[in-house]
Amino acid sequence: MIEVEQLSKSYGPREAIRNLSFQIEKGEVVGFLGPNGAGKSTTMNILSCIMPASSGSVKICGFDIFEQTLEIRKLIGYLPETPPLYSDMVVSDYLTFAARLRNVPSGKARSAVEQAVEKCSLQDVSNRIIGRLSKGYQQRVGIAQALVHDPDILILDEPTIGLDPIQIIEIRKLIQDLASSHTIILSSHILPEITQICKRVIIISDGEIAAVDSLESLTTRLHKGERLILKVRQNDSDIIEKLRALNQVNTVVEQETGQFTIDCEPGSNIQETVAKLALDNNWGIVELKQASMTLEDIFLKLTLEENEVTQ
Amino acid sequence: MKNVWIVAKRDLGSFFNSPVFYCVTTVFLILYGFIFFNILSYFSFQSFQSHQLRGANIGLNLNEMVIEPSFQNMAVILLLIIPLITMRSFSEEKKSKTFALLLSSPIHLEEIILGKFLACMIVTGLMIFLSGYSTGYLIFAGQPETGPILTGYLGILLMTGCYVAMGLFASSLTDNQIIAAVTSFGLALFMWVIGWGAQSAGPVLGQVFEYLSLITHLEHFLKGLIDSSDLVYYFSFILFGLFLTQRVLESSRWR
Repeated sequence: MIEVEQLSKSYGPREAIRNLSFQIEKGEVVGFLGPNGAGKSTTMNILSCIMPASSGSVKICGFDIFEQTLEIRKLIGYLPETPPLYSDMVVSDYLTFAARLRNVPSGKARSAVEQAVEKCSLQDVSNRIIGRLSKGYQQRVGIAQALVHDPDILILDEPTIGLDPIQIIEIRKLIQDLASSHTIILSSHILPEITQICKRVIIISDGEIAAVDSLESLTTRLHKGERLILKVRQNDSDIIEKLRALNQVNTVVEQETGQFTIDCEPGSNIQETVAKLALDNNWGIVELKQASMTLEDIFLKLTLEENEVTQ
Repeated sequence: MKNVWIVAKRDLGSFFNSPVFYCVTTVFLILYGFIFFNILSYFSFQSFQSHQLRGANIGLNLNEMVIEPSFQNMAVILLLIIPLITMRSFSEEKKSKTFALLLSSPIHLEEIILGKFLACMIVTGLMIFLSGYSTGYLIFAGQPETGPILTGYLGILLMTGCYVAMGLFASSLTDNQIIAAVTSFGLALFMWVIGWGAQSAGPVLGQVFEYLSLITHLEHFLKGLIDSSDLVYYFSFILFGLFLTQRVLESSRWR
C-alpha cells in the first residue's frame, strides 16, 4: 500500500533522512521508533504531502507522491506532532471544516463529524471552544480531525506526547480500536507504547533505518544469548572467577557490588548450576533471574551499533 | 472554487470571533467619520459664505469638494488598517501549526491563497460598506453626481485588493504577525509614494514610477473615469501579489 524507496530529505546542508526504504501493507499498524531528531516527523511530513522529498520515491496505493499528491491527500488522515487546531473554533465546527477540506460533500459532513466525535468520545465537548479544552481532549480532537473523512491511512505523529497516564491509556485504546479498519503509521519515542500497539516497527536512527521487522523477530534476532542476573550478599573476589569457570558461560560482569550479569550460550539453562554453586559456596544468594531483552535494549543496541559504524 | 469558499468561510468565522476585527472596524469608522465631518462642515461653511456673496457660488461642487477628498482620506486610513486585517492570514496558521491541516488536505495552494484573499476582501468590503452612510447622507441631502461615487467605490475596492495582496504576501513571509503587519504597511506606503520619486528619476524611469504609484490610478476613478489601463494596473498588481505569495509558500515547503 505504501512503498518508500531511497527517500532522502535535506534541510539546507543538513540531511534529515537518508535513503529510507520500506513498505507497508494494507491494514498494518506500523510503529516509527527513534530518538528525538532522528527524522520521524520529516518522514511523516513527506508521506502526508506537507513537504516534498529531496530525492527518492513514494507510492501510496499506486499514486506517486510528486505527480498525484491530491489523490494521495484524499487517502490520508494526518495528525502532526502539534495538532493543527484553531483554538478559537468550536469542536464540531472545526471537524466540519476539516471534513469539507477533505472533500466530504456538505450533505454528508454532519454524519461524518458525528462518527468521528463518537469514535474519539468527544460527545461531551463537541460544542466547546477548542482552546479551552484540556490537552487530552485537544489531542483527541486532533485524531478526530485526521479520521473525519474516513481515510484508508492514518499517520499519527507522537499521538500521546504530553498527556497524563490516563489519557495515554485512552488514546492507545482508541488507536487499537482504529487499527481494525485502517492502516496506521505511528511514531513515538516511547517504547512500551509501540510494543503495545504496533505489530511491526521501523527503527530510525540518525536519519537512516536501523531495522524494519516484526516485534517478535526483532526480539529473537537480537536475543543472541541468554542473560542471567545474580545478586548475592557475600562479596568475595573469587565469585567472578568461579562463575566464569562454569561451562557455557561467556562473560560475567559485576554491575555493582554483589550483582553479576552472566551471559551464556543460548538454551544452556544454567540457572540450577549457578544456584547450586552459590549455595555450595555460601554466597548468600538474594536473587537469580533471567533477563529478557526488552525493546528498549534492542533500540539502544541498534542505535548504538549505528553510531559505532558511523564513528 | 468550492474549496476557496471553504477556506474563506473559516477565516471569516475567525475574523468575526476575534476582537481584532471589531477594534479595527471601530477605529476605521471613527477616523473616517471625523474626517468626513470636517470636510463636510468646511464645505457647508464655504457654501454659506458664497451664498452670502451672491454670484460667487460657481465652482462649489459636492463631488469635488466633499466626496473626492473623503475617498482620498479613506484610502489613507485603509492603508494603515488593512495590514492589521491581513497580518494573521498565514502568520497565525504557521505559528499555531494549523497550516499543516490545509497543506495535507486535497486542495491546491492557490485555492488556499484565494480563499484567504476573498475573506480579507469581504471583511474590508464590509468596513467600506459601513462607512457608506456618508455618501448615502450626501445623496439624501444634496444632489451629487452618482457616477463618480460608484467609480470611486470601485477604485477604492481595487486599491483594497492591492493592499490585501501585499498584506498576504507579507504574511506568508513570516510567522510573526507584527512583522507581517509592519512589512505590508511599509510595502503599501512605498507603493503609495513611489510617484514622488518621478521628478528626480529622469524621463523614462520617472514615468515608470508614476505608473507604478497606487494613487495616480485612484485619481481617475475618483473623477469618474474608468480607464482600462488603470484596471490592468490594479488587476496585475493583485495577481502579482498573490503570485509572489504562492511562490513564497511553495518554496517554504521545499526548505
